[in-house]
Amino acid sequence: MATELKLKELSKKPDIFCHGHRMCSGCGAPTVVKMVLLATEYPVVISNATGCLEVSSCIQDLTAWKTPWIHSAFENAAATIAGVETMYKSLLKRGKMPENVKFIAFGGDGGTYDIGFQSLSGAMERWHDMLYICYDNGAYMNTGIQRSSATPLGADTTTSPAGSAIPGKLQPRKDLTKIMAAHGIPYAAQASPSHWMDLMKKVRKAHEIKGPKFMNIIAPCNRGWRSQTDDSILLSRLAVETCYWPLYEVEDGKLKITSKPKEKKPVAEFMKPQGRFKHLFAPGNEALLERVQQEIDKNWERLLKEDAAE
Amino acid sequence: MKKWKELVPGAVVLEAGSSEKFKTGSWRSFRPRWIEENCIQCLFCWLYCPDMAVKVVEGKMTGFDYDFCKGCGVCARECPGKKGQKAIVMEPEGK
Repeated sequence: MATELKLKELSKKPDIFCHGHRMCSGCGAPTVVKMVLLATEYPVVISNATGCLEVSSCIQDLTAWKTPWIHSAFENAAATIAGVETMYKSLLKRGKMPENVKFIAFGGDGGTYDIGFQSLSGAMERWHDMLYICYDNGAYMNTGIQRSSATPLGADTTTSPAGSAIPGKLQPRKDLTKIMAAHGIPYAAQASPSHWMDLMKKVRKAHEIKGPKFMNIIAPCNRGWRSQTDDSILLSRLAVETCYWPLYEVEDGKLKITSKPKEKKPVAEFMKPQGRFKHLFAPGNEALLERVQQEIDKNWERLLKEDAAE
Repeated sequence: MKKWKELVPGAVVLEAGSSEKFKTGSWRSFRPRWIEENCIQCLFCWLYCPDMAVKVVEGKMTGFDYDFCKGCGVCARECPGKKGQKAIVMEPEGK
């Protein structure tokens, strides 16, 4: 019998990702991992792409994981877990393994959108029974805030510095959730830790589906976003309410928006508390801020249309 | 810290959750204080804590684990409190 999705019941479960990890104070990623594992009711094997989560959750012989966990390189977290899953299937056939072991790969946006993309795409196409989770903080935070293809338009990073030459990153972000859905996989979804119930329901749903699953979860980074240590949940909530980070799922090709904001807030409300967008509020950059809003409106309209279709 | 020759070959870690030996509480410059009378036991502090540093016993919040709390303040920010009174407040460390 599955644990009810009530905090009181969930709090009785033992931690699978425990304290003593060395993620920064107020980081969003450990909260995402904790929620994913709280929602998981099966034994799990995890592979982790290089990134903040990987380097700070297992330092020398001190690991924060209480489940089999494999550190792989930046580009092959999906291939690693695909291999484990294949071995498991073989052992299962020979009766050497219990049934219902689940496989999860965690990667940051750099290890998912950019460097690990080919192995992720390959694992999805080969139809491994696995769940890939990308915690998206929108840049290579671990190495010092370099732009990635998940970095939003106009964001100041060390490799797209806002100044007299350019006003931050000039290109909009890649829509990876849609790209993964286009692989024709049975489940792809986008979630946010601020909407924990929605996140946990999606994880549960994913585990019950056989085949490749992908989830993209926003994970605010106060160092890279130049915000405060206490606002990771607040910012992930604003990301949803401004439709910067819409919550939806694509199940067997059918898109469904799982949480519509009561009132769509202007994206400036999400951007204002973040120092990486500070320059967009300075005189002369109104046009870029307007373009950011237009991109978000366009994307949201498209999602609404797809949601209404059928 | 162990020398590399003392580690298990292949850098395999045999003890699950060994990071519990590494106390991160010393990173803290602000300290959360729990005000029990304002607490409605919503457990959001426990849920949102990135450091698993909120102690919950039998489904009830009982305080903080200062050995691991990094003092980020997410718990205080997300605390709904009772009648507008927060049940968690952040105070400068060492005061």
